Amino acid sequence: MTSTESAAMPDSPEPLPGARADGSPVSAPAAPSSARLTYWSVRRELWEHRWIVVVPLIVAAVVVLGFVTGLVRLPLPLPLPHSHFTTTALPHLLEAPFDLAALILMGTYAVVAVIYCVAALHGERWDRSILFWKSLPVSDLITVIAKASIPIILLPLLTFAVTVGTQLVMLLAGSVVLLAKGVHVGALWPQIPFLTMWAALLYHLLTVHALYYAPIYGWLLLVSAWARRAAFLWASLPIAAVMILEKLIFDTSVFAHMLLSRLGGGPGTVSFPPHGNMPMQAPTLANLGAFLTRPGLWIGLAVLAAFLAGAVWLRRRQGPI
Amino acid sequence: MSVIEARGLRKRFGTTVALDGIDLNIEAGRILGLIGPNGAGKSTALNSILGLIPFEGELKVLGCDPWASRDRLMRDVSFIADVAVLPRWLRVSQALDYVAGVHPRFDRAKAESLLAKTSIRRGSRIRELSKGMVTQLHLALIMAIDARLLVLDEPTLGLDILYRKQFYDALLTDYFDHNRTIVVTTHQVEEIQNVLTDFMFIDHGRIVLSCSMEEFETRYAEVTVPPEQLAVARELRPIQERQVFGRSTLLFDRAERQRLEQLGSVRTPSIADVFVAVIGNAAADAEAGGSRV
Repeated sequence: MTSTESAAMPDSPEPLPGARADGSPVSAPAAPSSARLTYWSVRRELWEHRWIVVVPLIVAAVVVLGFVTGLVRLPLPLPLPHSHFTTTALPHLLEAPFDLAALILMGTYAVVAVIYCVAALHGERWDRSILFWKSLPVSDLITVIAKASIPIILLPLLTFAVTVGTQLVMLLAGSVVLLAKGVHVGALWPQIPFLTMWAALLYHLLTVHALYYAPIYGWLLLVSAWARRAAFLWASLPIAAVMILEKLIFDTSVFAHMLLSRLGGGPGTVSFPPHGNMPMQAPTLANLGAFLTRPGLWIGLAVLAAFLAGAVWLRRRQGPI
Repeated sequence: MSVIEARGLRKRFGTTVALDGIDLNIEAGRILGLIGPNGAGKSTALNSILGLIPFEGELKVLGCDPWASRDRLMRDVSFIADVAVLPRWLRVSQALDYVAGVHPRFDRAKAESLLAKTSIRRGSRIRELSKGMVTQLHLALIMAIDARLLVLDEPTLGLDILYRKQFYDALLTDYFDHNRTIVVTTHQVEEIQNVLTDFMFIDHGRIVLSCSMEEFETRYAEVTVPPEQLAVARELRPIQERQVFGRSTLLFDRAERQRLEQLGSVRTPSIADVFVAVIGNAAADAEAGGSRV
C-alpha cells in the first residue's frame, strides 16, 4: 500500500459539507459543567482510595465488638457503691462508651486524612496515570479542588455518619446483651442525650476537623504535588526545621504554639467530647458566631487557598516521576 | 486551517536544549510520523503540543495555546502517551463511566462495541489485564472520542507484533478520516511506513527532514548494484552505501530515475534506512565542522 492509497482509503468517509477539516467552528456538544467534572473527579478519588471508606467501617466494627464483649463480661449487678449512681454520674457513665466510639472514629478520620493527602497528588505521578488524567478535559484546578474536598468535606460527613451508625448498632447490641442479663434498658438509654451529642459531634467535626484543620490538609497536598518521594518526610521536615531554628535563633516557640493551638481547635470551640464534668452541650448560634469571627479561621482558609494554588501550579507542570 | 502551527518552538531543560527552534505546520487529514533517536526532542515536542509543559516560541494547536488551556484543548485532542498509563486500580467499567462523565465527545456505545470485540471483561481491574489488553482498552476509549487530533507517543512499545498490527489496523479502518489528524512517534518505523502520509526526522531538537510520503517515494531510491557498476553508481553521489551479502546497496536522493534503472532494479527504500543515512551524514558534517545539509 502506498501512501497515496492510505490517504484516500476507500472506507474513509468524505468530509461532510462544512465539516471541521476546513476549520469552520465545530458544533460542539455542550461542555460538561464544572460541577459535573468535580463530581466525577471526586468519584475517581473514591475508586482509587476506597480504603478511606473501608478503614472507618473496620474501626467501627472493632469498636462495636469491643463494646459488646465488654458488656458480656460485665459483672452484673455492678459491684459499685450506690453513691456512684447519683443522678448526675449515671448519664456520664452510660455515655462514656459512646463518646469513646466517637473519639476513636474522629482519630481515624485524622489519620486517614493525613495519609490520603500525602498520597493524593503523588500517587498519580508515581504510577504515571497522571498522563491519562491529563489527556481528558479536566483542569488541574478542578482536580486539586476535588482532592482537597475529600478531607475537608467528605471525611467529616462520612465520620459523622459512621459514628451515628456505630452508636446505633452499639445501642441495639447493648440492649440485647443487657436484656439477656435482665437489665431494664428502657430506663437506661433515655438518660443519654444522643441528639445533643450528635449535634455537638457534627459541629465539632465541621468546624475544627474540617475548617480549622484545612490549612494542614492544604500543606500536605502541596507537598504531595511537589515531592518526588517520601512525601510524608518532606511534609514534616520543614515543620520540625522551623521549630528548631526558631528555638536556636530567637529562643522562642511561637510556631510550635501556633501549631498546637491549631491542632487543639483554638479558643471558643465546642470541644467533643466535653472535658471534665461538663455536661454535653449542643452548639448554639453564639458558638457559631464566635467561631466565624475568629481571625484564625480566616487566616487558615487564606493559607489553605495559597497552598492549593501552589498545588495547582505544581500539578500543571509535573509529569510522571 | 492548520491543526498544529509552530514557529520557533524552543524548550530548554536547565542547560540542555531539547527543542531548538522548530517550525511546524500540520494540516488536517494527515498522519505524521515523528522519527528521531532517543533524546532527539520528539517527546518534548509532543508534550508541548499537548499542553503538558511550558515552551518558548509560538505554538497553536487547533487555534489554542496548549499551555494556557490544556483542559479545553483536550475536548478536541486525544493522546496515548505510553502503553502503561491507565491506573492499575481502575476497573474497566469505571474507566468507561469516568470518560463518559467528563468528556463531551465520548461515544460510550462505540467504546462498548469496540470492547465487545476483545476478551476484556467489564469488572476487571487494569492490573489484571495483559499489556496488550490494556492497549486495546485505551485504544477503545480513545477511538470512541470524536477528537480532531490524536497524538500517539510510542503507543505500541513493548507489545507483541500481533497487537501492534491490530493497533494500527484499527486506527486506520475504524478511526482515521480526512477530518482527523494523527501524530505518532515510534521506534518501529518499518511498521508504520505504510500508514504515514508525512514524516519528520528530528535530531538534537531540530527538524532534519520533513517530507510527505509522495515526495519521499519520488525523491529517494535504493539500488543494489553489481560490483562492475559500482564506480558508475558512485558518480551519481549516493547518500549512503552499505554491503548486504557482499553486494553493495546504494541509497540516492534526487537522482535521475533513468540512470538508476540502468544500474539495477530500483526500490523505494525504508524510512529507517533513509533515517540512518540522513542523521548519520548530518552527524558527520557536524563533526567535520560543516553546517547541516
